[in-house]
Parts: sequence; C-alpha cells; structure tokens
Amino acid sequence: MKNLVILGAGTSGTMMANHLVSKLSKKEWKITIVDQYKTHYYQPGFLFLPFDIYTTKQVKKKGKKFIPKGVRYVQEKIELIKPKKNEVHLEHGETIDYDILIIATGTKIAPEEIDGMKGPKWHKNIFDFYTYEGAKSLRNKLREWKGGKLAIHITEMPIKCPVAPLEFAFLADSYFVNKGMRDKVEISFVTPLDGAFTKPKATKALHYLLEEKGIKEVTDFNIESIDYENNKMLDYSGKEVEYDLLVTVPTNLGDEVIERSGLGDDMNFVPTDKATLQSKAHENIFVIGDATNLPASKAGSVAHFEAEILTENIMRHIEGKPLKEEFDGHANCFIETGNGKALLIDFNYTHEPVEGTFPFLGVGPLNLLKESRMNHMGKLAFRWIYWNMLIKGTHIPFVSATMTEKGKKIEEQKV
Amino acid sequence: MNNIKRNDQGYLTDFSQWTKEVGEEIAKEQNIEMTDKHWEVISYLQDKHTKEEALSIRGIKKSGIINIKEFYNLFPGGPLKKSTMIAGIPKPKSCI
Repeated sequence: MKNLVILGAGTSGTMMANHLVSKLSKKEWKITIVDQYKTHYYQPGFLFLPFDIYTTKQVKKKGKKFIPKGVRYVQEKIELIKPKKNEVHLEHGETIDYDILIIATGTKIAPEEIDGMKGPKWHKNIFDFYTYEGAKSLRNKLREWKGGKLAIHITEMPIKCPVAPLEFAFLADSYFVNKGMRDKVEISFVTPLDGAFTKPKATKALHYLLEEKGIKEVTDFNIESIDYENNKMLDYSGKEVEYDLLVTVPTNLGDEVIERSGLGDDMNFVPTDKATLQSKAHENIFVIGDATNLPASKAGSVAHFEAEILTENIMRHIEGKPLKEEFDGHANCFIETGNGKALLIDFNYTHEPVEGTFPFLGVGPLNLLKESRMNHMGKLAFRWIYWNMLIKGTHIPFVSATMTEKGKKIEEQKV
Repeated sequence: MNNIKRNDQGYLTDFSQWTKEVGEEIAKEQNIEMTDKHWEVISYLQDKHTKEEALSIRGIKKSGIINIKEFYNLFPGGPLKKSTMIAGIPKPKSCI
C-alpha cells in the first residue's frame, strides 16, 4: 500500500482529496488529509460579513462534511515535514509516511509583523477581515460606528485575493450611503503599490470608480509602524495616515510548519514550478493554492484551476510519465463594486485583465472588466457553487483550467 | 536608448535589452546618481526577477543587502517602483 498525504483541508486540500479519491486505485493507495481546524470557511464571504450581507452561518461549515469517504481525515496540528525521510510528524507524536505529499497549507495573516498593529487596539479600532474573527468583530464595530476617517490598508504584497481590499472600499461606500451617513465618513485606500489599480487596462477602465465613490488614494505607502495611541500609521519615508477606524490587510505569510521544516522562501511560501506545480526541491512533493510561491494571485479560483492540472500531474508522476507543463496562472474573479454591481476579471501569468464577454464570445452573459448586476448575481451564486461543486471537485461547465482568449479584446501585449 | 522598448510608464518591456548603461540612463531621468550600493540592490532585484520570485519590502529587509531606511535614501519617493525601473524589470503589481 502506498500513501498520498495532503496537508491542509482548506479549499485546495479538500478539492485535491475529492479529485484523487476517484482517480487513485483503492487497492494501491491510501489517502490521508491532515488539518488541525474543524471548520471549513467560505473565505470569499469574509468580505460580506462585515457589512451584514452574509450571516456567520453562511460562511462556515464542518470541514468533515466535504472530505470524501475513503480518505482518512486527521484533525491534528502538523509539527514537521521531513522531506528526506518522506515523513510528516504530527503534534501528538504520530508519524505519517508518504510516497507523495501535497502541501496545501495556505497563507495567513501575520499582524505581529508590524509594530503596533496587533497591540491593545487590535479588533478595537484596528481590524482585519481576512479571518472569521476579524470579519465578525469588524461587523460589530461597523454596526455602531458613528463615522470618521476610515482607512483601508494593504501592508505589503503578496496578499490573498489582492482585490478584496478594493472591494471592501467599494462596499463600505455603499454601506454608509445606505445607512444615510456617507457624509460622515472619509474613506481612504492606502497601498504600498503605485495605485489602487496597477495594470494599464484596469486603471483606464475602472479608475472612475474611486472618483465616483469619493475614495482617496494614498499610494507608495510602505508601513513601518502604527502609533495606536494617536491613531496614525507611519511609513518608512516619514509619511503619516490618520484614521479613526483602520481596516488593514496585514502581511501574509505561509504556514509556520513550512518555515520549521525549512521548505519555504522569505515569506514561508514553497518554491514551486509554475507550470507543473511540483515543488522545486523534492520531486514527490507537490504544492497547490496559497502555499506556493507562484507569481499568480492567491485566490480560490487559481487553486481551483490548479487542482485540475495537479490531479493530472499526480497521475502522470505515479505512471512515470513526464509532467504536463500546463498551468498558466489562470484566475477568474468577481469583484464587488457596490450598489449591487460587480465586475468579472479573467487573466493569467502573461495577460492582464481585459474587456470582453465570458464565457461565450459576444454573448456573455457576464461582462469582463465592466460593472453589471449580472456579475453581482454571479458572485452571490458562487457561494452555492463553492459549497456544492467546487470543493467537491465537480467540474464547473464552460470554465476551463487554462485561460481562453475567446470573447476577449486581447491585443499583443504582455504584462 | 532609442532602440530600447519601454512601456508608457517608462519600464522596459524586454529585460534582455537591459545593460548597465540603460540602467544609468533611466537613473538619470529619475535624478538618481548611481553608486556601488545602488548597483548591489539592482543586482539583487534582477536576481529575484530571473528566479521569478516576488519583490517585497520585507524581502529587501531580509536580503541583508540594505535596510529599508537606506533603501528609501537611495531611491527616494517610491523605492521599489524606481529601483525596478532602473533594473529593467516590471514594477510590483496587483492583479488589476
């Protein structure tokens, strides 16, 4: 009997368990998935929770529900990966041997990286919305907040779902308009990059959104520390941003187990071949989702497309065939713009998001890089797709793992 | 410099066209006078680019080449966006 071990039962790990259980011979392979947490969160929902658009119940379910029969599910903390011995050591002493290892340990926020961020004001007037606890406590704060300076802030790149902070800003505008208090709130978007939008076509097509909603951009702001007593963020060049309410996306790091095991880069992400998803250091270790160091977005849709290609490459690896160099960095994301509208973007390693229709040429029904109500309905419908199709490994019709150029206004350009 | 392909913002679109002279010219446009320390940072950035590793302020901090205050002093204003332009590589971006 051979062992395939998946570390992490989030979006990527759960999808891989579901894909592989039907592909691998039960006589030859035993599949084990390890995750210390009992709850599976619908992370895109964390964007909606602070604004009372989703309830807490809509964004969490028991993880066990989604692990298929025939897969051993171990709910324990991973202590160490020993790649030379092909072993995974768990917190309470159990050692699991593996023939193939899939690392799907994701990324998490590290607010302790910035002085003053995770201090006495954490979840008082400094919030994240990348965790369930952060999103929920921010919801409670927003329910009673009387207004003032709201700063929405990105600490440094790369972050999970890079558009989420911008969506947060748009939804915040709508939220305060609906509460009849928009005139009492100053919204600023503070980024270390040179704009809220950083790619030429998106900037051209979408910059109006910031102007229309009265959102002030503060660019090239590399935070050094937070003076939480005086409600100020300070950057390395001496600039300051004052806030009454700070919604920040802290530094995102890979899991500590990656660091402990000596498998990561500066940010604990695992160096991974960007086309095959095999780890660069060990040929029987594969990596998927946010845990990789790929120059793709850290997003569920990317993980979804990776899962289809990785499943095939695992089978090829077992059969001794060359791996398919197929992953192109494909991402497909809905972006909320407030007022019941959303955008859709579709892009990969080399093509920036462009205008057009999706998934069918000239028909859509979804518009790319353009606001519409249909896109917003798509985003809301996606929660059902996530729980019922995506993590269960069911193919989503008409959406291919690699990017298609059909229906898009593609010019000769590289990003 | 006339044959060097650059985008609207002044970034090289083809890294293989980069030479030290090209970097020097771009630095002049930015009013930056290059020193050995500047070039050390540029080599680090180019190495990261070649290995397809993401650039971040944190990465610079951990590189051991320079601390962040010095990085700001060498490339005042937007250190990553200016240094990447001089290095002939794309600026750090988001997905839109």
